[in-house]
Amino acid sequence: MSSHTIVLGVIGADVHAVGNKILHYAYSQAGFNVVNLGVMVSQEEFIQAAIEADAKTMIVSSLYGHGELDCRGLRDKCIEAGLEKIKLYVGGNLVVGKTPFEEVQKKFLEMGFDRVYPPGSDPALSILDLEKDLGN
Amino acid sequence: MQPILCIDFGSTFTKVTAIDIDVPRIIGRTQSFTTIHDDINIGLQKALDQLEELTGISDWPVRLACSSAAGGLKMIAIGLVPQLTMEAAKRAALSAGAKLLKTYSFELNDREIREIETLKPDILLLTGGIDGGNQKVIFHNAHKLCELNMRCPIIYAGNKTIANDIETILKKNHWDATIADNVMPTLNQLNIDSARACIRKVFLDHIVVAKGLTQVQRCIDNILMPTPSAVLLAAELLSKGYLSEPGVGELIIVDVGGATTDVHSVADGAPRQSNVVMRGLQEPFVKRTVEGDLGARYSLQALVDGVGIDVVASVINTSQEVVMQMLKDLVAHPESFMEEPGLLKTLDDVAAEIAVRESVTRHAGYLEVHYTPFGTIYQQTGKDLSYVSHVIGTGGPLIHHSNIRSALKASQADPKNPLSLKPNHARFYLDHQYILAAMGLLSLKYPSAALKLMKETIIEV
Repeated sequence: MSSHTIVLGVIGADVHAVGNKILHYAYSQAGFNVVNLGVMVSQEEFIQAAIEADAKTMIVSSLYGHGELDCRGLRDKCIEAGLEKIKLYVGGNLVVGKTPFEEVQKKFLEMGFDRVYPPGSDPALSILDLEKDLGN
Repeated sequence: MQPILCIDFGSTFTKVTAIDIDVPRIIGRTQSFTTIHDDINIGLQKALDQLEELTGISDWPVRLACSSAAGGLKMIAIGLVPQLTMEAAKRAALSAGAKLLKTYSFELNDREIREIETLKPDILLLTGGIDGGNQKVIFHNAHKLCELNMRCPIIYAGNKTIANDIETILKKNHWDATIADNVMPTLNQLNIDSARACIRKVFLDHIVVAKGLTQVQRCIDNILMPTPSAVLLAAELLSKGYLSEPGVGELIIVDVGGATTDVHSVADGAPRQSNVVMRGLQEPFVKRTVEGDLGARYSLQALVDGVGIDVVASVINTSQEVVMQMLKDLVAHPESFMEEPGLLKTLDDVAAEIAVRESVTRHAGYLEVHYTPFGTIYQQTGKDLSYVSHVIGTGGPLIHHSNIRSALKASQADPKNPLSLKPNHARFYLDHQYILAAMGLLSLKYPSAALKLMKETIIEV
């Protein structure tokens, strides 16, 4: 199984810790080397961690509705930091209100994310995607 | 009586402290100019002659020495990300009592290699990558360092996965390389004990020769550690206590010098409230920071520039031109003492107070406020020192200060800046006999006596 390193965290001023713990467990069980930054993580902290850990993927969670604001510019900063090839995954309650998921997905793909997941997604889905994207 | 001699070879003064370990008590303390350019023993002998006059003792069977002469233990620390492994490497070097000349991050370039050659470090510390993390940059830096036209001891304390390869590269290129544990094995975890022990060992094995201090071995066996390292040992002992003798609890030591101001804190520093989230690299229980722009002599110009010459002029009630002239005089004659009251003395006092305020502000952690849908959440970076009970001042500019209490009070939290985590209700103490470094040395063999002497000698002000 893979020994790829992924950086995991809840972005912005979001303190939802439970989902983060579940994801950490699920990805570790799937054989990934997880660097979990926990809650209230800034874009800079994601990038710094990815450099030190030589991570191939960042998995960003956002549950409190401000995801769009918090995630904007992350791809550009990654390119600036020499992480052009890093895969960016994002999931959770990414926007406030009842916007259809397709719209949300389109928006985040345009922002440079590679995979977008709706609220309540099974971690098994993203694990399959990780294996596909990382070539395992 | 069982006399013991503690020697501190400083950059300006060689200070000797005599202790009778049986009582225990300090039986004498003298100092003389450090004679680094001729023979360092000349200055030491002068101080010892004075000590003999004072105590009648000329034979010192046990001699313990520390040194910050010849520029101290000059180190360069190299990491990957500035906020992560570079910061961890910096803390490892400072906690070993080093004088950090410069830090570097990411891939070293040719210009930086030339710069390292000019800086001439005594030890290089190469780090980067968590265990299993980045390798590319670390390999690049190891190869790049091999292009240096100089060699000195080098310690590798980075990604353990490539430790053996790095060691091979370095040794093949004639480096005296030592491998230590990674300073940051997992993200934000600080692990500096092994690197610090390696630095200490390199110091013991090499530094007396490297610094041209070999003549000193006629008088003493070896220089045991850099002076700041001795002060850190003393700080830790005084805080934690020894066996049945309790320590004083969490403390801060502010050491204002001519060129730098050192701050040592022995405190947990963890968040005290449930709505505070810690961020960034883990904080060490015993932490040392050094401010190169806060000194009362060599770096006085930088200190005054930092707060503004107009502010200084208005505090000491004179014109900016007068302050500028005084700065010139003091920087040209750093050895002059300001015992007489007058403008120069006032400037000296103001400088010491500014050094205390600024250095403790930088050493202490701070909070950032986040208004979230779940209420107000604070993020803490650095150590929470608000509950620290003891602030101890040392160093010439504080010991000779005309109002020591007011100078040390500058270390207190400022109501105008409530997010800075400086002490709220500390009591203030002065190391008026300048014994901390000596007590750190003494604690190697006689911790109980050193602790007792510190508790007796360091007075509340």
